[in-house]
Amino acid sequence: MALFQISEPGETPAPHQRKRAIGIDLGTTNSLVATVRNGLAVVLPDGEGRPLVPSIVRYGEHGVETGYTAMAHQTGDPQNTIVSVKRLMGRGLPDLTDARRFPYRFVDSPGIVRIGTRAGVKSPVEVSADLLRALRDRAEASLGGPVDGAVVTVPAYFDDAQRQATKDAAQLAGLPILRLLNEPTAAAIAYGLDNASEGVYAVYDLGGGTFDISILRLSRGVFEVLATNGDSALGGDDFDHRVFCWIIEAARLAPLSPSDARLLLVKAREAKENLSEHESASILAKLADGSSVNVTLTKAIFTEITGNLVAKTMSPVRRALRDAQLQTTDIKGVVLVGGATRMPQVRRAVAEFFGQPPLTNLNPDEVVALGAAVQANKLAGNRERDDDWLLLDVIPLSLGLETMGGLTEKIIPRNSTIPIARAQEFTTYKDGQTAMAIHVVQGEREKVVDCRSLARFELRGIPPMVAGAARIQVTFQVDADGLLDVAAREQGTGVEATIAVKPSYGLSDGEIAKMLADSFTHAADDMQARALAEAQVEADQIAAATESALATDGELIGTHERAAIDGALAKLRRFREGTDHRALRAAVESLNHVTGEFAARRMDRSVSRALTGKRVDALSD
Amino acid sequence: MIDFSRNYFDLFGLTPAFRVDGAVLDRAYRQLQTEVHPDRFAGGSDAQRREALQSSARVNEAYRALKNPVQRAQYLLRLRGIDTLSETDTALPRDFLERQLERREEAADAQAAGDLRALSALLADARAESQALEDALAQLLDGAQEFAGARMQVRELTFLAKLAEDLDAMLAACES
Repeated sequence: MALFQISEPGETPAPHQRKRAIGIDLGTTNSLVATVRNGLAVVLPDGEGRPLVPSIVRYGEHGVETGYTAMAHQTGDPQNTIVSVKRLMGRGLPDLTDARRFPYRFVDSPGIVRIGTRAGVKSPVEVSADLLRALRDRAEASLGGPVDGAVVTVPAYFDDAQRQATKDAAQLAGLPILRLLNEPTAAAIAYGLDNASEGVYAVYDLGGGTFDISILRLSRGVFEVLATNGDSALGGDDFDHRVFCWIIEAARLAPLSPSDARLLLVKAREAKENLSEHESASILAKLADGSSVNVTLTKAIFTEITGNLVAKTMSPVRRALRDAQLQTTDIKGVVLVGGATRMPQVRRAVAEFFGQPPLTNLNPDEVVALGAAVQANKLAGNRERDDDWLLLDVIPLSLGLETMGGLTEKIIPRNSTIPIARAQEFTTYKDGQTAMAIHVVQGEREKVVDCRSLARFELRGIPPMVAGAARIQVTFQVDADGLLDVAAREQGTGVEATIAVKPSYGLSDGEIAKMLADSFTHAADDMQARALAEAQVEADQIAAATESALATDGELIGTHERAAIDGALAKLRRFREGTDHRALRAAVESLNHVTGEFAARRMDRSVSRALTGKRVDALSD
Repeated sequence: MIDFSRNYFDLFGLTPAFRVDGAVLDRAYRQLQTEVHPDRFAGGSDAQRREALQSSARVNEAYRALKNPVQRAQYLLRLRGIDTLSETDTALPRDFLERQLERREEAADAQAAGDLRALSALLADARAESQALEDALAQLLDGAQEFAGARMQVRELTFLAKLAEDLDAMLAACES
């Protein structure tokens, strides 16, 4: 049966159709997807109206589960239920000073941490891709078609490895990515456009696992980031952990199983959230061994045990102001972003530092996704009334090279406006040297070992010359996503030298390609599942229609015909329970076939019934 | 996009000079970025996007060079064929050097003692001396057009800028 899709008047697709553009806030604790609809940025909720997607992925017995579904299993199946995966992005096991906090089976591989799950060993990129896929699906269901472009946000203080990992995850999830956008900048766009603000603003963004501070100048439609700083391993999670440790001490608990640990972490988070509204929170839990926990946390104790975490956010704030060469009195307003800024002690500390109450008129959970949606809409080319604005962002950490003695030579200093390209010349230190090792690092420290290693290059084929005669130009280029490209070339001789790139972090291009291929295999599975679901719907429809026709007009058919129809119905019901969508389709076809005559006779009867009693002139038109 | 053969001043419609009107520079910079920034070409061809990336990077580099007095002075001399960065003659007046050595020692002591006030005072001092040098440079470069003669001041200014940067880093280290 053919269905025709008819547009409502006024909703006919315009000749220059709008692009489906989305903004994604891929958070440590929660993620969101937003879009611009009728000129307004809106968060896309799920079927039950919930805007947030808990950033949790479970590799269950029956496949991948995300969000609230995965969340329901976090205490029952902690080792296969991955939370806060953002903290692992672009990181190796040695980077994780808090690895013991996670109940996962970590697998160390060079430069990148992986997690052993029921579904095999997963990299944080793959886990994030599963989350992004869920967000993409939500957007596609809401927008009625494939996403044309997405802006995904990252903490401003994310380094190159963490950014690249995020971009890889988006690629893996099949999202056409328009831009990586810094979270505080996204918030500033949402806030600034909403309030038509002018002047210098600070965005204090304390998320689930990361802290960012950005200082921006808003002037005639230009959002210019002056400086950014932060801590990519400090967030609401750490407050939960403090409460968790306090519970263990207060209730004098013995070492916990992964399930009990996760249960108490959940309880700790609930207590933290309660304390934003109440003076005390009771923590009640029943552990696996039957013993129970019953302790009460007061606001005063909570403030005390988390005091140094709040204080820890202030050093980056001071550094950002210093880099922007500004005083607190130069700041016109402080925008709070991130769920963790709901904590009264955080608000108090910010107000005290800046000498003014922070701005809290936007939902701190949603403002980043909304800003990302606005940026995505603009980049996708959808025209809006006030889209005459420009964003100038910066790179958070200096980029440089290793030089003799294990020292860093900075090529691009932190807080440089991006995009940026810089070249620097280096030379050989030995006579006849034909190759040069180039080690790219990111960070502020003098010694290479204290910085993050990004990539190792080897420039080969330098013609033998006396030491110091070769002129090797190394070019750093940072694009608008904040991602780095490095090229090296011997200048003097014109001889083309080759570069071997070996990423010292994250996933190699080959790995990404393999994962993409795997995901296509999964896509094939997905298509199979969809075809089956569609065939089942069709089968149910035709079975119901046939049964009702037999009930009302059963006398129109003979016994032979009746037996054929009953046989076809039985076959249809049998394949309806199976998984072979082709067999089910064939059964639908055969039922269609044997009911053809019957349907025609029913049609005749209904026509003659309709005609009875009608006057002839009513028929001729 | 933009013409890469134009000098930085020309790019922003400014006359080459040491004294620049910061507000005029800011406006010209923002205007130019509005035209060439990669965000404008997100839906463009690979070639367009590459060109936007290069143009925008060039405008950022030019802005950074002109915004900062030390880099601006260096660039102005380079336009006259004087490269203050790769000169073999890097001599500085003895009294200037002695004063800087003294400051560096004081800074090291202050850092060891965690004396933020002393570090801030040294930084303010270095900035005041830079300001005086900048005024002198404005006279030399914009007034007397003494480009070769300004080399010493530019070197001193470069030296002081490095000192200020290090003091800044020390302060940041003490604070965190």
